[in-house]
Amino acid sequence: MSLDRTDVEKIAHLARLNIAEQDIQEYAENLSNILDLVDQMQAVDTQDITPMAHPMDAIQRLRLDEVTEGNQRDHLQTVAPAVEAGLFQVPKVIE
Amino acid sequence: MLDKTLAELAQGLATGEFSSVELTQHYLDRINAEDGTLNSFITVTPEQALAQAEAADQLRAAGSAGTFTGLPIAHKDIFCTQGVRTSCGSKMLDNFVSPYNATVVEHFNQAGAVSLGKTNMDEFAMGSSNESSFYGPARNPWNTDCVPGGSSGGSAAAIAGGLTPGATGSDTGGSIRQPAALCGITGLKPTYGRVSRYGMIAYASSLDQGGPMARTAEDNAMMLNVMAGFDPKDSTSLDRPVPDYTLTLNDSLKGLKIGLPKEFFSGEIDPQITTQVQNAIREFEALGATVQEVSLPNTHLAIPAYYIIAPAEASSNLSRFDGVRYGYRCEDPTDLEDMYKRSRGEGFGEEVKRRIMVGTYALSEGFYDAYYKKALQIRRLIQQDYVNALSEVDIIMGPTTPHPAFKLGEKNADPISMYMEDIFTISLNLAGMPGISVPCGFANQLPVGLQMIGNYFAEERLLNAAHQFQQATDWHKQTPGQ
Amino acid sequence: MEWEAVIGLEIHAQLATKSKIFSGASTAFGAEPNTQACAVDLALPGTLPVFNGEALRMAVLFGLAIDAEIGYTSVFDRKNYFYPDLPKGYQTSQLFHPIVGTGYVDITLDDGTIKRVGVTRAHLEEDAGKSLHEEFPNMTGIDLNRAGTPLLEIVSEPDMRSAEEAVAYVKKIHAIVTNLGICDGNMAEGSFRCDCNVSVRYKGEEEFGNRTESKNINSFRFIEKAIKGEIIRQIDILEDGGHITQETRLYDANKDETRSMRSKEEANDYRYFPCPDLLPIVIDDDYVNQVRATLPELPDARKARFLEQYKLSDYDAMVLSAYRDLSHYFETVANTAGDAKLAANWVMGELSKLLNQNDTDIKDSPVSAEQLGGLLLRIKDNTITGKIAKQVFEAMWAGEGSADEVIESKGLKQVTDSGAIESMVDDVIAANQPQVDQYVNAEPDKRGKMIGFFMGKVMQASQGKANPGQVQGLLKQKLDALADG
Repeated sequence: MSLDRTDVEKIAHLARLNIAEQDIQEYAENLSNILDLVDQMQAVDTQDITPMAHPMDAIQRLRLDEVTEGNQRDHLQTVAPAVEAGLFQVPKVIE
Repeated sequence: MLDKTLAELAQGLATGEFSSVELTQHYLDRINAEDGTLNSFITVTPEQALAQAEAADQLRAAGSAGTFTGLPIAHKDIFCTQGVRTSCGSKMLDNFVSPYNATVVEHFNQAGAVSLGKTNMDEFAMGSSNESSFYGPARNPWNTDCVPGGSSGGSAAAIAGGLTPGATGSDTGGSIRQPAALCGITGLKPTYGRVSRYGMIAYASSLDQGGPMARTAEDNAMMLNVMAGFDPKDSTSLDRPVPDYTLTLNDSLKGLKIGLPKEFFSGEIDPQITTQVQNAIREFEALGATVQEVSLPNTHLAIPAYYIIAPAEASSNLSRFDGVRYGYRCEDPTDLEDMYKRSRGEGFGEEVKRRIMVGTYALSEGFYDAYYKKALQIRRLIQQDYVNALSEVDIIMGPTTPHPAFKLGEKNADPISMYMEDIFTISLNLAGMPGISVPCGFANQLPVGLQMIGNYFAEERLLNAAHQFQQATDWHKQTPGQ
Repeated sequence: MEWEAVIGLEIHAQLATKSKIFSGASTAFGAEPNTQACAVDLALPGTLPVFNGEALRMAVLFGLAIDAEIGYTSVFDRKNYFYPDLPKGYQTSQLFHPIVGTGYVDITLDDGTIKRVGVTRAHLEEDAGKSLHEEFPNMTGIDLNRAGTPLLEIVSEPDMRSAEEAVAYVKKIHAIVTNLGICDGNMAEGSFRCDCNVSVRYKGEEEFGNRTESKNINSFRFIEKAIKGEIIRQIDILEDGGHITQETRLYDANKDETRSMRSKEEANDYRYFPCPDLLPIVIDDDYVNQVRATLPELPDARKARFLEQYKLSDYDAMVLSAYRDLSHYFETVANTAGDAKLAANWVMGELSKLLNQNDTDIKDSPVSAEQLGGLLLRIKDNTITGKIAKQVFEAMWAGEGSADEVIESKGLKQVTDSGAIESMVDDVIAANQPQVDQYVNAEPDKRGKMIGFFMGKVMQASQGKANPGQVQGLLKQKLDALADG
C-alpha cells in the first residue's frame, strides 16, 4: 500500500493537522512503510474470527442517575486559552 | 542510599533512621545534581514534595503512618496532577496545569506518598526511546549516550540513576517493561483493568495500563498495593478484590511451570540477550521450576495489529487537543480551520502526527474492514495464543527486548526499526495480560531484562516469581558506575 | 405524471435523566454557560465516560413501546469530526449495534385510515454543546452545558408521503416519549428536534430521488412548512430539468424556507469505530421484563379504551388520549362529573382555550380536574346554565374559589322560580311588540327560529341565570297563545 501526496493531504485535513509542504513527501513515505508493515495481516484468513475490541469480554457497568458534579466553571476555565462571559472563545464559526 | 529499595526506605522511616523530609531532600538533591545530564524529570516539585514529607513525618509522629507514608516516588507525566503541569511530554500540554488528580495519583496521596515531580516520557507515550519528548530525551544512566527506552523512559532513568526509589509508568505496547529492561530495573504491566486509567492521559484506551516501576519486585508489589483497585470513574476498571501483593512474595517456586515460546528466541535478537535469559531460566529451575517449550504462533502479527489498533484509537483520543478548552493554541488564527490545523500541527511532534495519520487512514471510509476490523481479529488470535499457552504453563518467560539500549538518534530516522524493539512486549497489551521485566544480566555493559508473563490477574504469581529470582540473584542490585 | 414525496425522519429526543449520559453533571435547562460542564464534559485529558443506567432504561422502555427489537448487546461507537462544541472531537453514538432495532408506530390520516410507519432503529448518543455566534463580533462563544445530555435518536423508514403524514408521525412519537416520561417533549428548548429527509419521484417509481436533509426543526408547524416548501422546491427544480443535490439544508423559520448550509466538510468521513473507553452494554430477559412491567398505558391503547369506556367520538378520543397528563385530567373530570361527553367538551374547549392563551401546561392548570368536575356537576344539576358556567370557570381560573363558592358569592345561581321567569317573559313580550307581530303573522314552521330573539332578551334580562328550558317553554306557550288567539 503506497500513499501519495494527495492521500497525505486528505488525511492531514481529516485529522486537522497542518503539514508543511516540504514534509509531505516524507510523511507519504513513512506512512507507506507503516502500511506495508501492517499489510502482513492480510495474509491471514480471519473470516470466522470475532473482532476483539477489549482485552477481556467484560461488560459495561451502569452508573446511577445522580448529579454529582456542581458548578466548577472558574476552576476548569483557568487552563482555557480564551474565555469571555463564561464562554470558550473560538474564531467566528460561519455556518 | 542510592541503591536503597522502597522496602528498605520504609524500614528506615519506621525505625526513625531518617525522616521523610530528610529522605525527600536527599532525592531532591540527587535530582539537582544529576538530572541536568539524565533529563529524567520534566517537572520537579520540591516545595510540594517537602510539604508532603513534613505532613508524612507528622502523621508518623502521631502514630498513624501506613507502609507508604513518607516514601518518595515520581509520577510519569502522563498522570494528571492537580496544580502541577501535566504535559504528557508534549508542547500541546506544556501550559496545562491539571485541575484534577488521576485516580492513581489520588491513591498515592492518600497512602501518604511524597511526589518528587513528573518524569520524562515519549510524547503522548508514543515511542520506545524517549526521544519524541518535547522536553528532549531522557538518558540511560548506564550509558548516557544511550536511550533509556520508552515511553516511560524518564521513570526508568530516574530510578536507575538513584533520583527516585520508585515511579509510576504506563504501558501500551511495552512502555513500562522495555525501559525497565534497558535501565536495569523492575517494572510491571498489570492486567488490563487492574489499575484505573482515570486521569492517565489516553494514548490507546484498550491497551493502556498504568503500573509500578522500581528496583525490585518487592517494591513493585508495594506500589501495586497502592495503585490497584476498582475505580467507578473508569468503565474498563475491573471490580475485583485486590490482594496484598507483598504477602505471597516468599511462596516457593517448587513445581512452577515455565513456558518458553520458541518465537521469543528466534529471529533478530542479540545472542548475548538470549544467553542471559537462558541463564536466568536455569536459575528458576534451580528454584524448583520446570521448563517446557510453548508456542505463540501469531507473535509476528502483533506489531502489525498494534500499529493499526493503537494509532486508530490514538487518532480519536487525541482529537480533544483542539486548542479550544485547554492546551496549546496557535498565534493569531485567521479562522477556525486555521486554529485547528496550526494548533495541532504545531502542538504535536512528528511521531504523534504520524500515528494520528496512520489511525485516521485506517479508520477512513473503505479501509475499516481491511485494517481496523482485521487488526481486531488478529488481536483475538494473539490472545488465544496466550490463553492456550497459559493453560499449559504458569508463567511464560523470554527476553523483554531483542537488544539492549541503543544509541540516541540511532533508530530515529526509521520509525519501523524503532517499532521492532517492542516485538516481545507488544502482544501482551493486545491480550491484556500482566507482564513484568526484571534485570537478568548485562550485554555490552548494558542491562538485559527478563520478561515474565502470566494469566489475567496473575500479578501475585509474577511478583512472587520475580522476588524469588531476586532473592537468588543480584542483578537488580547493580547500579550504574559514576 | 404525478409527483410523490418520500419522507424519512430522524428525531432527537433528549432523555429526561437528571445527570448526563457519561458524567455526573446536571442536565437542567437554562443554567449560566458552562456551569453544568464538568471535567468529563470538557473532555479534559485523562477523563473517561461512565454510562448512566437510567438512559439505558429509558431507551429500552421506548423500544418496548414501539414493539421493537431490543438490542441485548449494544455498543457505543465514536463518530469522529471536529467542531468547537464537540469537546472530545467525536460524538459517542451507536452505529453498528443500536439499543433499539426495528419497530413501528401507527398514525391516523385525515381520512381516518391507519397507516403504519416503520422505525428503523433508535440509538443512544450524547448531545453536543452550543455555539453562540451572535454574542461577540469576531468570535464564537462555546457553552458546553448541553454537551453530554443523553439523546435517543429515533430513525424512521422513508415511509411517509406527505408533510401531513410526517407531522402525524412526529406527533405520535412525541406523544409516546412524553407518555413514557422519558422526554419532556419541550420543542422550544430543543428537547425534541427533528431532521427531515425529503425526496420526490414520479408516483409508481421504485427508485428514490436524491434527498435533502433539513436539520434541527423544532416545532410541528415548522416541520410541516419545511417539508412542504422542500417538496415544492424539488419539484420546481426537476420540472425545469434540474438536478437535486444531496445536501444538508437549514430551515429558516423567519423566511419560511430552507437554504443550503455552507458545507462544513466537503466529504464527511466520520471514521466510526467502537469506543474503547466503554464496554458493550449487555442486558438480559430479566432486565427487559422488569422494564416492560413499568410500561404505562400508551395513546393507542388509551384511545381504544376511551372509545369503549366513555363512548367518545373518534376525534375526541384521539385528542384526549394523546398525552398522559391530559388523559388523566380528562378522566378525573369525567368521573367527578359523571358525564364523559360534557367533560370532553370542557377539557377540549374552555380549559384548552385558557391553557393556550396563558401558555400554561395542563399540569400547572390553576383549576384542578376535581374542581372542573365540580363545576360540571352544577351544570348537570341545573344550578347554573352552561353560559354562566363559563363565567364561573373564568373566576375559578383567576383563583376566586371553587365552583360553589363563585356561584354563591356572585349570585349566579340559575333562576328556576317559574313566577319570576314568567314575569320576565311577560315583560319581554310587552316590550317588543313589532317582533311579536312578526311572530304572530309568520308561518307556524318558521316560528321556531324566531323564538331565539325572545330567548336572548329574557336571558339578558336574567343576566343569564334563567333556566333556558323553562324560558323556552314559557315563551313558546305564551307566543303561540297570542298567535292562535
